[in-house]
Amino acid sequence: MSVPLTLLGLLEREPSHGYDLKRDYDTYFGRGRPLPFGQVYATLGRLARDGKVVISEVQPGVGPERKRYVITEAGATEFDAWLTEPIEAEPHLQSVLFTKVVLALMLGRPAQEYLDIQRGAHLERMHQLTEIRRRGSLVDGLLADHGLFHLEADLRWIDTTVARLDALRAEVVKP
Amino acid sequence: MTDTMIEARDVVRSFGQTPALRGATVAVAPGEILAIMGPSGSGKSTLLHCLAGILVPDSGEIHFDGRRVDTLDEARRSALRRDSFGFVFQFGQLVPELTAEENVALPLLLGGTRREAALRQARPWFARLGLDGLERRRSGELSGGQAQRVALARGLVTSPKVLFADEPTGSLDSLTGEQVLDQLIVAAREHGTTVVLVTHEARVAAYADRHVMVRDGKVAALAPERVLS
Ligand SMILES: Nc1ncnc2c1ncn2[C@@H]1O[C@H](COP(=O)(O)OP(=O)(O)OP(=O)(O)O)[C@@H](O)[C@H]1O
Ligand SMILES: [Mg+2]
Repeated sequence: MSVPLTLLGLLEREPSHGYDLKRDYDTYFGRGRPLPFGQVYATLGRLARDGKVVISEVQPGVGPERKRYVITEAGATEFDAWLTEPIEAEPHLQSVLFTKVVLALMLGRPAQEYLDIQRGAHLERMHQLTEIRRRGSLVDGLLADHGLFHLEADLRWIDTTVARLDALRAEVVKP
Repeated sequence: MTDTMIEARDVVRSFGQTPALRGATVAVAPGEILAIMGPSGSGKSTLLHCLAGILVPDSGEIHFDGRRVDTLDEARRSALRRDSFGFVFQFGQLVPELTAEENVALPLLLGGTRREAALRQARPWFARLGLDGLERRRSGELSGGQAQRVALARGLVTSPKVLFADEPTGSLDSLTGEQVLDQLIVAAREHGTTVVLVTHEARVAAYADRHVMVRDGKVAALAPERVLS
């Protein structure tokens, strides 16, 4: 999750105080890991330095809450580019797991056991997400669904790989 | 030992020349929801049938609630199934000649409960599972999801100690399937029912507390071996 781009997106709605940005970030994107105030203001500071936001007005008083942040043309362009760009379609898990499987086979280690343990970890995480989905709000449920579908795809890959371990071993182990 | 509700110890079972189980061992704790996964033909249903006393192992043991049950004769195993177990299967479960409420009441009727009392016990399940108003329909007049919920109610109506579910969402679309599963989980947790859930689908298995894999007639745990003290 890119914090600067997310904050830019929130500012694209309307100029906001740092406090409001943090609150909305935590509500929609925090997933139990609230954004520290320090990081909010540090990020806004960097965005301002780079000309992506400006401080619209300084109200009388003290402290950062006097400031309202407004997205600039440059900020809006960057946000827009990010929004329309597809994200890296190749998940990383497979490549890491694939490396482990191939190395395990090369080294004569129990590749199937490793995959079973990975399967167990995936199912455990899917169980947690299923509980969130059953009990949580729609936002939580949809995020959980996203995770569930990904984990399910990984598990299918694990199934396929387990079914082909012997063939794979024959290919990667020199006789 | 009371932390095991039901277990299979080193169970071997063949069908003619076909070995279905080759030393399967698994234990389920009281109130636990266990998913049994595995490829097609690996022995999942055979294991469930052995645990439930429908099939008798060639060798090995089945224990339920501290008692050995695979050595009981057919009449006693049948009584055990009726009194302590509930079942939900994938296909063809409802009796087409009976209404939905008669289907739900069936295990009670077979157990000797009088008709009026059995129907009275069956009816609350309709509201609980979102089936209000469908009590008098026959199975041909229910959607797949509704029929499966009626089957679930029938599996739970006797307040079984263990519910055996073999691909209970098999023929349903995923949303309907998840609703049925959700209701299964809620009902099981409410009553402290132990559940043995056979499925090859990860999303279904994810409803369970713990998962095991049947492969070539043996049970593989999916976590590093824990040393039981
Ligand atoms: N009644 C039977 N007669 C003969 N062979 C059987 C019988 N029941 C099961 N088998 C065989 O035993 C093996 C295990 O079958 P089982 O039904 O337990 O598999 P499963 O894991 O439940 O498969 P699936 O996911 O397809 O339901 C298979 O080889 C199957 O052909
Ligand atoms: Mg089966």
